[in-house]
Amino acid sequence: MSAPLTILRPGLLTTVQDLGRAGHQHMGVPAGGAMDDVALRLANLLVGNDPGLAALETTLQGPALRFEGETVIAVTGADQSPTLDGKPLPPWRAVRVRAGGELAFGAPRSGCRAYLAVAGGIDVPRVLGARATYLPARIGGLEGRALRAGDELAIGETPVRSRTRGLHVDVVPRYEGTLRLVPSGQFASLQPNARTRFLHEEFRVERRSDRMGVRMEGPVLGFREPMELLSGGVAHGTVQLPPDGQPIVLAADRQTTGGYPRLGEVCTVDLPSLAQLRPGDTVRFTTIAPEEARRLYLERERRIAALSLALRSTR
Amino acid sequence: MAAERGRGSADSFLRMRIEPLGDRAFLVHFADDGVSPASPFCLAGDALRELPWVTDVVSGLASLAVHVDPRRVAPDEAAEVVVERLLTMPDLPAAASHVVEIPVTYDGPDLEAVAAHCGLEPDEVVRRHVAPVYEVRMIGFMPGFPYLARLDEMLHTPRLETPRPRVPAGSVGIGGAQTGIYPFESPGGWRLIGRTDTVLFDAAREPASLLAVGDRVRFVERR
Repeated sequence: MSAPLTILRPGLLTTVQDLGRAGHQHMGVPAGGAMDDVALRLANLLVGNDPGLAALETTLQGPALRFEGETVIAVTGADQSPTLDGKPLPPWRAVRVRAGGELAFGAPRSGCRAYLAVAGGIDVPRVLGARATYLPARIGGLEGRALRAGDELAIGETPVRSRTRGLHVDVVPRYEGTLRLVPSGQFASLQPNARTRFLHEEFRVERRSDRMGVRMEGPVLGFREPMELLSGGVAHGTVQLPPDGQPIVLAADRQTTGGYPRLGEVCTVDLPSLAQLRPGDTVRFTTIAPEEARRLYLERERRIAALSLALRSTR
Repeated sequence: MAAERGRGSADSFLRMRIEPLGDRAFLVHFADDGVSPASPFCLAGDALRELPWVTDVVSGLASLAVHVDPRRVAPDEAAEVVVERLLTMPDLPAAASHVVEIPVTYDGPDLEAVAAHCGLEPDEVVRRHVAPVYEVRMIGFMPGFPYLARLDEMLHTPRLETPRPRVPAGSVGIGGAQTGIYPFESPGGWRLIGRTDTVLFDAAREPASLLAVGDRVRFVERR
């Protein structure tokens, strides 16, 4: 066991997350995990961890914390002005921390969620196969809740190779303001005017957005005829259209079933962009064919695999 | 995409429609005329989860959502395999033979309102609620939350216009044509007629969810 880390200030909403718990949706438990799974994986790879170890996910205003022992950390995702012992901490880079070192987040400059990985990973018990925190049922993470001042988090064994290195700027993920949607069977039933507005106008992210869903405010949309639907399974990225005509994009901690009509699903490679949307941000939608969406996903996974190999072999 | 095959043209269960659910999942819809009982294919989740590239199967009221690993299979190819498997299953899945009894104290804050809406006395509401053997049609909304079919038509009551911000754990409610139980404290729009101490979801238990799709449930009045 490595020396723990201590939470000094919790920030707005900081939770322990990993890549989530697959295979439990039939019990009503979503996979959950990091909203921006790519940022979490890259943070882990930078510090020499397996990509699926647990890290901290911060929201808008990040925490302040102290590392009781010497270690290596990396911060990825949103830019929340991180400082280490008072000096700006470069993102997307593994950095050595001395025993007693303090990391603090300041003004949120861009994006919504940042990820802090520590060499060895955050060591909390696995629940239903994962360390991810699922707040609605108080499962996982630290006691199933958001972190508080005074919390102490155990860190796992430090991996053998723990170097300081960073991602080349060309490889750092880019977050887009356009979300590509695989259309549902109901998409064609949108009123022609609504379809045009959905694909050409801006939507604004509402304040009430969270890990369960990102609510959009914009042109009021409707279908040509009333939709009589029976509840069924939904996905991370499902765009629902409730009776008020304002879309909701379901997120990591979503309900596993829903009864509202669906416009479609945001493609997997655009989920990190969804994760980084802040209340007040504007976003646009466009459509993508499922085969093309899958191609982009496979391509992205190949790139991450290549990066993982490169990081493992640098000296 | 439509795949229409059947063992008998009159059998509405066997008309299936595939729809993408993003780039890593698809929905298999079964015909539902609102009158026939649930398609037995909605109980086929366990059989499909055996397929190596299936990551999860979620039963809907008249559908299955099949989540796959797109690194191992293309979703449209996976859909063809799933439909083939459903149509060639040697035995259609059946509802559970045992019945789970759930003791309930019928003192919910909406009991009077439901009685008034249905034109019944409150104890008649209770009598009609404990009478049927219900079938779990879907688990969703929250971990372990069961959507129970076969609610007495006389008890159908629309959801609240504005959901309550907090519904106590164990609340037994009516939402439209269904009845169900809230496993955790959560916001909720169903009409609350009672409560139970039975734990519906416990992550430390195996299985974590007390109920699964296809299980049968009976409510028992606790005085």
